[in-house]
Amino acid sequence: MTDSPIQTVTWEDKVAVVKVAGDIDLHRSASLQHALLGLLDEQPSKVVVDLSGVPYMDSSGVASLVKLLSRTRKLGVSLVLLSPSQKVKSIFEITRLNSVFTITDSKEEAMA
Amino acid sequence: MSESESMGSALRLEIKSDPAELKHVRTEVESFARAMGMTEESAGKVVLAMDEALTNIIRHAYEGAADCPIEIDLSVRDTNLHVTLRDYGKRAPRENIHSRDLNDVRPGGLGVHIMTQCMDSIDYQPAPGGGTKLIMIKCLRDSDNERTNGLQP
Repeated sequence: MTDSPIQTVTWEDKVAVVKVAGDIDLHRSASLQHALLGLLDEQPSKVVVDLSGVPYMDSSGVASLVKLLSRTRKLGVSLVLLSPSQKVKSIFEITRLNSVFTITDSKEEAMA
Repeated sequence: MSESESMGSALRLEIKSDPAELKHVRTEVESFARAMGMTEESAGKVVLAMDEALTNIIRHAYEGAADCPIEIDLSVRDTNLHVTLRDYGKRAPRENIHSRDLNDVRPGGLGVHIMTQCMDSIDYQPAPGGGTKLIMIKCLRDSDNERTNGLQP
């Protein structure tokens, strides 16, 4: 069984805050991608992906977020990754995607 | 369902190519690497490299089939951790196994790059009887790592 990686989705005006929980690996990344892309049907102005509850992510999880980034750019939707752990940050650094994504540890900054 | 066997400075895991196995493997490998004296950061890199290698095996060698065998062996030789992964699936042509251009921002194709960044060396070998043997090596001590390898991009 693949439990859903999306813990909660909350809305503040047109900003969707998605709290992701648990390890994101090959076992769960497809489910994450499906849920995140599905959220775009709700036409948010911005998507904030809260990664504070993700202890581990591999390249399949990163690929899901790259897919989301690509789709949000096409739609003119902002995307922010909020509070990744050091371990998760390191995979973005290794793949040099830390300069491609907007990543912050500040909720206020993410919502602005 | 996986089987594991730990013999002092060696660990053997036999798993199926089921993505649901990955979390268990990560836990076992991290625990072993830490017990062999690796720092949390170095052990984390071994775990990430292992995870990426297993993902490639599941996706490419076994084309997503979840019931095929994978053998994982970890051992300490001198000051190095040796990690060997053996599959019995489709072999990738050696010239197809390489990092890709990171400036091309698109999903996928990052596994080999991550493995080479996290480990000191990786070597794919055709295995007798079919399939592939992947050997990955990393110094146990960070100071040795910094002195001898090309970890940084």
